Amino acid sequence: MERNIVSFERVAKHFGAVRALDGVDLNVKPGECLGLVGHNGAGKSTLMNVLAGTLTPDTGVIGIHGKDLKSSYGVPKANENGIRCVFQELSLCPNLTVAENARIFHPSLSGWGWKTKTGAMITEKLDEIFPGHGISSGDVVGDLKIGKRQMVEIARAFTLTDTPLHLVILDEPTSSLDAITARQLLEFVRKVVGDGLSCILISHVLGEVLEYSDRIVVMKDGLVVSERPAGDFDRNSLVAEMGNVIEMDEISEHQEREKLRGTTAVVVEVASGTQKLQAHQGEIIGLAGLAGHGQTGMLLGIYETAFGGKATGNVNGPVALVAGDRQTDGIFHLWSIAENIGVGSLSRMVRRGLIDPVAEAAIGETWQQRIKIKTPDMNNNILSLSGGNQQKALFARALASDAEIILMDDPMRGVDVGTKLEVYDLIRDEAEKGRTFLWYTTEMDELYNCDHTYVFRDGLIVADLSREELTEEKILHSSFKETA
Amino acid sequence: MNSLPIFKRLVEKPWIWSYVGMIVVWLATISYTGGKGGADVLTAALSFATFTVIVGIGQMFVITTGPGNVDLSIPATISFSGAVAMKIMDGSNSMLLIGLIVSLGCGLVVGVFNYMLIRVLRIPPIIATLSSSFLVLSTAIAYGRGLKIKPPGLLAEFATAQIYGVPILAIVVAGFAVVMGVVLNRTIYGRSVLAIGQNMRAAWLAGIKVEKIRFATYVLSAVLAALCGFVLAGFSGGASLNMGEEYLLGSIAVVVIGGTSVAGGKANVPGIWGAAMFMFLLVTMLNTFGASAGVRLILTGLIIVTVITIAGGDKPQR
Repeated sequence: MERNIVSFERVAKHFGAVRALDGVDLNVKPGECLGLVGHNGAGKSTLMNVLAGTLTPDTGVIGIHGKDLKSSYGVPKANENGIRCVFQELSLCPNLTVAENARIFHPSLSGWGWKTKTGAMITEKLDEIFPGHGISSGDVVGDLKIGKRQMVEIARAFTLTDTPLHLVILDEPTSSLDAITARQLLEFVRKVVGDGLSCILISHVLGEVLEYSDRIVVMKDGLVVSERPAGDFDRNSLVAEMGNVIEMDEISEHQEREKLRGTTAVVVEVASGTQKLQAHQGEIIGLAGLAGHGQTGMLLGIYETAFGGKATGNVNGPVALVAGDRQTDGIFHLWSIAENIGVGSLSRMVRRGLIDPVAEAAIGETWQQRIKIKTPDMNNNILSLSGGNQQKALFARALASDAEIILMDDPMRGVDVGTKLEVYDLIRDEAEKGRTFLWYTTEMDELYNCDHTYVFRDGLIVADLSREELTEEKILHSSFKETA
Repeated sequence: MNSLPIFKRLVEKPWIWSYVGMIVVWLATISYTGGKGGADVLTAALSFATFTVIVGIGQMFVITTGPGNVDLSIPATISFSGAVAMKIMDGSNSMLLIGLIVSLGCGLVVGVFNYMLIRVLRIPPIIATLSSSFLVLSTAIAYGRGLKIKPPGLLAEFATAQIYGVPILAIVVAGFAVVMGVVLNRTIYGRSVLAIGQNMRAAWLAGIKVEKIRFATYVLSAVLAALCGFVLAGFSGGASLNMGEEYLLGSIAVVVIGGTSVAGGKANVPGIWGAAMFMFLLVTMLNTFGASAGVRLILTGLIIVTVITIAGGDKPQR
């Protein structure tokens, strides 16, 4: 039998009182795709950080290719042993070009013309994984949309020079990709796994994990709670193992709820090409289409209009935005969780001219309960939270404010199923109370929560679908030009 | 949190190191002189630190709005405001209030002008405030006829008065510093400055009126520089064209030594007082030791680097 690439035994890592990993065993065989699922804060990202060498565990055996490397293991050792990681928080240098970022992994590409060589290498890999990606190796990464940055990061992890490559960790690789590119990636993963490479696939889209993994490991509260071949799981049993009592059927229950369009006042109206985006009070409006086709631009236009910048249309009522690209657009990294939530409601916390710490703490407490932010203390720094919990804090910021119109810029990236269902409920409740939601999403399932959906292509609205008309085929059909 | 010993909680404060440095330097000085003049040195330090604190607070707000933000027009504004105020008042006590208003008005104009360069012409703040300082200083030179004029008696008296060896001006500015500390931590303006300094785009998307706040911050810094010029002219018996010179690096150094992050988003007011005292006492100490000008400058530089290294030893998050 072939030796395992990775064999972890009883690996533990604590952050203060938080037991991120509580004694985890993990094995990865050559030529397999291992699916890893679990709630936000279950310890998946921490485990992968240990594997990539960016975190040193407190205790445990780090077996790599059959040798225990615990004491000496780190990023250089991981590279030496052919283990690479595509992190959830993208790790490209924004001020460098695509080619320059690729070069960082490959010290052997040097001398005259290294840029051309690296450029050709990364372009070839991008072409292989994402045909029609539209990225040039000379593009500066900071100018690329988050979806394209993710494509570059993924392609870079698969490039080969003289260092070995045995295992690629994909932490939420599809979270910023649209349906088409996500499928391209997953097909590619199956192909390389067939060639003998191993992958670890972390995703909250359970369908992806079920369909594309050989084996699935389920984590909960810093422990592995289940480990079986992918074929032995189905969606419901996987959700049950994750410790999630909410059945997927509940989504369809929400879907039963119907809203008569046009019975309330129009609060947002923006022209786009020959069409017009309209949102009535209390509606949930979906913005669909392939990633980066003008949905974010539409939301920012509405946001600016509301704040009296340029006027792209009519917006009646205060607006708040839930960022999807949370590192760039959302969190304040020096502040506590409570401060990060309170910043959206500053004017309401003022008593006699000064911000009242009691009022601020109260808002934090309320929303910790309502949206279940997993932390022992809301005064902890925001970065002490897992990615999904940071995202919850951003939701809390918008929902705690007095905004009547909430703009959501693909906000469910890296959020687990259980949390998603809770947030969907919350959005429904708030909509019933009269708040209006404009929701850009790259996930088809989420559109079924919307009362009305607009499909975008090339920056313009190309289709306008009511609840009853909404199907995946229609959205995909409208997302591509007829000539394509 | 309350169970932590006071000592440990103090060590965690970013501003504590400036006070530690201040006390160490003071002790070194008086032990060299055998305890003579210890109180006089402190009185002098309080007097001179006061002016650095006034401009340091303005500079702190500017630096806190994020990387690249700094006000280099402070020295020019000090000289300009001092010269104009002396000319207007012409030594007369009855013109005191008008002089003050005109002086602050000068600051207001410079601040608005700085912000216009940064916002409308999109010039980086370092270049914008540096070039505007040339314009301001040239205006002060052209206006230079005010330079030989003595300040009104009341102003000079107020700026140099002491109670039990503590300058009145220092007490007033200490009170002002407390107010600005509250402004930083407990008002919407202060919170907005801290948010913008961490991430300008996220601040905008969180509903903060980023440009209004930046405008207010540059105006605040210039107005405080003008105020400093007004009292400094009163303190030193008239305005001079180079009286602002030492406040170029001085204003930045006290902010940084005081524990404010150069990367923005994190600031504190108490550290400015400690750092301003430290800077003055440091030079006094080296003078007392009889160090030559060259040695003095080298040691000043080395000691500042040391303090910043210790004070800036932030634990990285995660």
